[in-house]
Amino acid sequence: MKMVIVAGTPGAGKTSVLIYALKHLIKKGFNPTAAKIDCLYTDDNLKFEKLGIPTLVGLSKDMCPDHFSIFNTGEMIDFAKTQSSDLLVIETAGLCHRCAPYTRNSLGICVIDATTGPNTPRKVGPFLSTANIVAVTKGDVISQAEREIFRERVLEMNPRCKIVEINGLSGKGCVELAEFIIKSDYSVLQEDELRHNAPFAICTLCVGETRVTKEYHRGLLRQIDGFQYYDGE
Amino acid sequence: MIDNLTIIGGYDKTGRSEPVNKIEINKGEITGIVGLTGSGKSCLIEDIEQMARQDTPSGRKILLNRTEPDEEIRTNPKKKLVAQLSQNMNFLANMSVEDFLRLHAKCRGKNINLVDEVIRKANTLTGEPIKKDNNLTILSGGQSRALMVADVAFISNSPIVLVDEIENAGIKKHEALKLLSGNGKIILVVTHDPVLALATTKRIVMKDGGMQKIIETTELEKIILNQLSDIDAKLMDIREKVRFGEEISERIFINAPQVQSLAYTN
Repeated sequence: MKMVIVAGTPGAGKTSVLIYALKHLIKKGFNPTAAKIDCLYTDDNLKFEKLGIPTLVGLSKDMCPDHFSIFNTGEMIDFAKTQSSDLLVIETAGLCHRCAPYTRNSLGICVIDATTGPNTPRKVGPFLSTANIVAVTKGDVISQAEREIFRERVLEMNPRCKIVEINGLSGKGCVELAEFIIKSDYSVLQEDELRHNAPFAICTLCVGETRVTKEYHRGLLRQIDGFQYYDGE
Repeated sequence: MIDNLTIIGGYDKTGRSEPVNKIEINKGEITGIVGLTGSGKSCLIEDIEQMARQDTPSGRKILLNRTEPDEEIRTNPKKKLVAQLSQNMNFLANMSVEDFLRLHAKCRGKNINLVDEVIRKANTLTGEPIKKDNNLTILSGGQSRALMVADVAFISNSPIVLVDEIENAGIKKHEALKLLSGNGKIILVVTHDPVLALATTKRIVMKDGGMQKIIETTELEKIILNQLSDIDAKLMDIREKVRFGEEISERIFINAPQVQSLAYTN
């Protein structure tokens, strides 16, 4: 079974892009399963189910959504297996740009919105730099020059990636994306690991402290001047 | 170097073979794509952009220099051959015209001295001049479009340019096409605009998703084009005067009866 993990900024068009790509994959004879991870609410599962794709929804609530999807990867694979699926597509809801949910044995697709400006590829971190494929959306509303600058910045951060320019409304480019999925030879293995570690974030905020400023916090901390230290037992 | 592009026909929406099964477009040539909404103009443009090889819904195939483009050209983002210009495009980057063009030139490995030339050329297409230190996002529709055209002509440097409905842009359309094709590019223009349509060497007529026929621009059409271009230039002139708060005194439709009677009373 192939595994594809899709990450991207909110509103970039992850679901729309996937819907078009999945339509093509079904036409090519695949039997996909989808897992949709969100934080508080989603009804995107209805869109997948409309195509007849069995869909597992996970809401991360109080847990970091990236950590949540990494923690639950096994359950998603099991779900796909019970559906005798040959392709599992996981759509995550990463937020802080510091995690990348891709595992070594999955195809990592980063969906990124070109209208967010030429500095965005420099800001988003490992979910762009460790992706196999970068799907750039909304390029149709910006100038050719800005598209080219954006493309260059993506390659600066991830020189080996494939870039697919996609229109999430018309579906243009999604066949190309689906073809990359078909050609990829990643498949689910018993043991898998992340391509990039998540940030070390063990501090009092993680366990529910709500008061702001220094005196209330312990753990692995970093000051605004860059000084990083551990305070605690 | 791309000397020509060939479109090999596929199927229309009803699954029939397209009436036109082969079109060849040489560099420096401008080809129009005309037809009603939903006739498949955008699909044709997309096939070209994606270098289709019978893998899109239309089943068309695109050849470059009469051979199938290799995988590298389709997938390596640094080798993209197609640039696009459309009515829906905007400048969203919050920086000055000069900084932006320099950044683009740097990204494309071009000499940054090109920047002045691009602004100069852009200003030949639009009424109100663009200044180096203007912020990109405050440019008018016409200024933006003019700058996009000049930028694609000199900095993007992609050998194939797809132009999608730039009719209402407030720029000198005919000149814009000449500027683009002057650099030996292959230009395809989707349009309903008579000035643009007649400025092409030939136009592909689309219907029901298929390429229906090809009309070579006739000698008569070329004469009509000159007249239309004059009217177009005049309209732009008047538009600028309106913008600058001036009174309009030109009588361009001099033969219209109302205008003639006014001429006598004045």
